[in-house]
Amino acid sequence: MAQLLVDIRAKHFREPAQGRKHVLDGVRFALAAGERVALTGPSGCGKTTVLDIVAGLDSDFEGRIERPPQSHIGYVFQEPRLLPWRTVADNLRLVLEGPREQVDARIRAVLAEVELLEEADTYASHLSLGMARRAAIARALVIEPDLLLLDEPFVSLDAPTAGRLRLLLLELLERHRPTTLFVTHDLREAVMIAERLIVLSPPPARLVADLPIPLSPAERRREEVVERLRSELVDTVGDLVMGAVP
Amino acid sequence: MRGSVARALDRHQLTTGRPAAEAARGAWRPAAVALLSLLLLVGLWQLLAWLAGNARLMPPPALVLARLVAELADELPFHLGVTLARVGAAFAIAMLVGSAIGLAMGRFVGLDRLGGPWLVFFLNLPALVTIVLCYIWIGLTETAAVVAVAINKIPNVAVTVREGARALDPRLEAMARVFRIPPWRRLRHVVLPQLYPYLAAAARSGLALVWKIVLVVELLGRPSGVGFQIATFFQFFDVAGILAYALAFIAVVQAIEWLLLQPLERAAGRWRSSS
Repeated sequence: MAQLLVDIRAKHFREPAQGRKHVLDGVRFALAAGERVALTGPSGCGKTTVLDIVAGLDSDFEGRIERPPQSHIGYVFQEPRLLPWRTVADNLRLVLEGPREQVDARIRAVLAEVELLEEADTYASHLSLGMARRAAIARALVIEPDLLLLDEPFVSLDAPTAGRLRLLLLELLERHRPTTLFVTHDLREAVMIAERLIVLSPPPARLVADLPIPLSPAERRREEVVERLRSELVDTVGDLVMGAVP
Repeated sequence: MRGSVARALDRHQLTTGRPAAEAARGAWRPAAVALLSLLLLVGLWQLLAWLAGNARLMPPPALVLARLVAELADELPFHLGVTLARVGAAFAIAMLVGSAIGLAMGRFVGLDRLGGPWLVFFLNLPALVTIVLCYIWIGLTETAAVVAVAINKIPNVAVTVREGARALDPRLEAMARVFRIPPWRRLRHVVLPQLYPYLAAAARSGLALVWKIVLVVELLGRPSGVGFQIATFFQFFDVAGILAYALAFIAVVQAIEWLLLQPLERAAGRWRSSS
């Protein structure tokens, strides 16, 4: 049962300065319900463009996207995109419908999960980047998405914070099991969180590898296991994602 | 853990304690200067009245004040109220219609190209022409008066809000689309807060303009209001009456600024504060 079918035959950017730029050229894959898939590739290969097309934000491409009609999409953008003039709780309230008490209860439950309950009444403009990222993840989870999209949610965080958030995200995804498409340029992050890895080539990007990441939940939390699999991946697909490997 | 937080708080207060006290003392200085400056203006007025030596053409401050008190017990509150109501109605219409036009033009390039020349036309149309034409076409009615004032203000509001609409963040727009935030909620909570600085600017300059045009409208074709009264005083060369009404008018405008606009602005800007 495919929850999402992505079949992008071609995508061009129309830029006045450079004319038509061919970004994507044949990206086809499907996600089963509850699957966690990482999408990686060299920088500038159009990973974010794939997410925007899947989210329905960009319809200027050749191909098709199939997902259940009326499916709820939770999108964690690269920048948190919270409304700075609203509190954390009110940012979540904005994407919810329903009776007040029910909505409040859901908001509190999700904020507790991302460890932001104490900041519920803080204006989003006053949050640190790490907190804002957690609030953005909470906003995407609070709608109980049929499809969760994440666009490098941990870039430009310091290493300990990023590590903590990665573990938190892994726990949340294991608990709720939304169908997840997760863009990252960090193979270690992909190995730790995803069950499958899709690799794109430099632009015009094609799908060049689609590999399973067969790790148990316990193994994902053991650094040496993650590191070993990462270096194996670098040996097999490293040249494909050259420039993306740290 | 708790101890370290408490210590950090203490340190915070220690460092902020002094500048806060200085700021409080500093805030008095501009107020004192403003008061002094006003007194200077009154003194200058008194001096001019002496030099003129004609209390009818150049009445001294004390005389105008006495007249103001007398008028306050008489018809002044009624005329001021009528003028305020007209200002309120024209201002509300101009803000609503102007914002809608500005938002539409800022969002849709086609509309902007189509409506741009119209805006230029109406921006350069003299207020007096609008007023006279409205009276001729609609009649010497309340509707004509309010419509004339609103038409004068709408293009200014539209131009200002159009700038704001052009500056709307496409990333927040994308967020609202993905999360399927319903249109009304999107307008109220995503779009309007981004437009707020532009709306505030339009409201500020708008109020100043509407006040002045309403008086002209009243002078030309209404049997009530501050403008009508000033026209009447003009017939009798009653300078003290004109000045008394002007003072009452200035006081009301300033009170609205202090009691309504400034608190609103502070409330809307709360999220920006760094506390």
